[in-house]
Amino acid sequence: MTVPENLSYTAEHEWVSIDGTVASVGITDYAQQALGDVVYVSVPAAGAPVTAGEPCGEVESTKSVSDLYAPVDGEVIEANPDIDEDPGLVNTDPYGAGWLLRIRLSDDADPAGLLSAEEYTALTKEAE
Amino acid sequence: MTAPDPAKPRQTPLRAVHERLGASMTEFAGWLMPLRYRSETAEHQAVRGHAGLFDLSHMGEIIVAGPGAAAALDYALVGQPSSMAPGRARYTMICAADGGVLDDLIVYRLADQEFLVVANAANTGVVDGALRERADGHDARITDQTDAYALIAIQGPAAAAILGPLTDIALDGVKYYTSHRGTVAGREILLARTGYTGEDGFELFSQPEDAEHIWTTLSGAGTGAGLVPAGLAARDTLRLEAGMPLYGNELGPDTTPFDAGLGRVVKLDKPGDFVGRAALTAAAQAPPRRVLVGLRGGTRRVPRHGYPVLWDRRPHGTVTSGAPSPTLGVPIAMAYVEPEVAAAAGNGDAGSSDGDAAHGRLAIDIRGRAEPAQMTPLPFYRRIK
Repeated sequence: MTVPENLSYTAEHEWVSIDGTVASVGITDYAQQALGDVVYVSVPAAGAPVTAGEPCGEVESTKSVSDLYAPVDGEVIEANPDIDEDPGLVNTDPYGAGWLLRIRLSDDADPAGLLSAEEYTALTKEAE
Repeated sequence: MTAPDPAKPRQTPLRAVHERLGASMTEFAGWLMPLRYRSETAEHQAVRGHAGLFDLSHMGEIIVAGPGAAAALDYALVGQPSSMAPGRARYTMICAADGGVLDDLIVYRLADQEFLVVANAANTGVVDGALRERADGHDARITDQTDAYALIAIQGPAAAAILGPLTDIALDGVKYYTSHRGTVAGREILLARTGYTGEDGFELFSQPEDAEHIWTTLSGAGTGAGLVPAGLAARDTLRLEAGMPLYGNELGPDTTPFDAGLGRVVKLDKPGDFVGRAALTAAAQAPPRRVLVGLRGGTRRVPRHGYPVLWDRRPHGTVTSGAPSPTLGVPIAMAYVEPEVAAAAGNGDAGSSDGDAAHGRLAIDIRGRAEPAQMTPLPFYRRIK
């Protein structure tokens, strides 16, 4: 299981990469391994407002489905256009080509509550 | 035998093999089992196209032996094992007095006075207990031999070609649902042409200490032919596509064999009484309470166990199993629906493609949103023989 140092994380197994006012979001390697083969991802369309900690989509795999939670407050700018055609990208490259959303942070967004790589790793160890 | 510690799952004789292969392990029916090795979709497709190797050592093996073994089983089960020739196997069920299914089973007649009853892992204790109780007064011994057997299945169109050179049994002469004693990779086994995938294949009962040698020999011999190890996740989608019931989903104590469309396993014309006869006779004559049907999802959202089936926006049934079908590329499900709905949805489905009477009326409530569905005959997949 890989947990890149340069990313932030949520307890719901999303990763977040913040560049200025834009957050890129996906699910972690741990999450994709637990889910198994991802067959479908539903995410909000561009323009949709999202609220940190609230469900904003779902990830379907062979065995189960899980909610995707918005890690920050903001507005969706873009969903990964390749995921619909090839949801398996979430499995093969969760931190790269398998990204799911880009969100423009709202002015009062507070990403300080996100977990560091170290904190997230500890959390996944606890779950085992 | 010591009672298993409920907090600690039992391990199969192939545990070390799964660990070496890097399997994702899961607890299933009190056993630690491989869920998948790499991608369950790839494992599924390998079984459909080539072959897959499964560890099924969690399945229960119960031996029923003695001069009264056949009579005891005729009384205990809904089938008629006394009519089987030695070497034959049969799919059957054990029911409660009220006709509810306690488990679905495969019964092998090993010899005139010896039967092997293979039960689901979760039900082995219940089946063992019921058989003991029902054998009372018959000259038959019931022994749970689960720990004395490993069970390996090789399934898929290439199974016979991979297994053939490694066994002294002439596989061409092995008919579906028969068993033979012989060797595989030099180790003694009971080989049966049975399975739970919808493909041709074999199940190999061996001594636990021989399992690893048999597994690695088969694995080595089959790699070039596309054989891969396959876990429980692939096994579940394979059996679902093949329209095979799973105990706990399509079958349970509240279900009769007739509900599940498997009334043919109930031998009401066999001589003598058997447990459940009165209730099952009534169930055979009564109009069905519900019908097990196949559904195809109209969107990419996947129906799962327990989701309501809607007809004109109202619940009229329940999904028992659902998954994205790797072979068909769409979500599929089995569901119990009210007979009227099954008839109406079936008529619409069989109607002309333009004037589909059922169009838009059948749906599945997938976490609060109605997704359109279509009724489709079971099985979803049938192999070309």
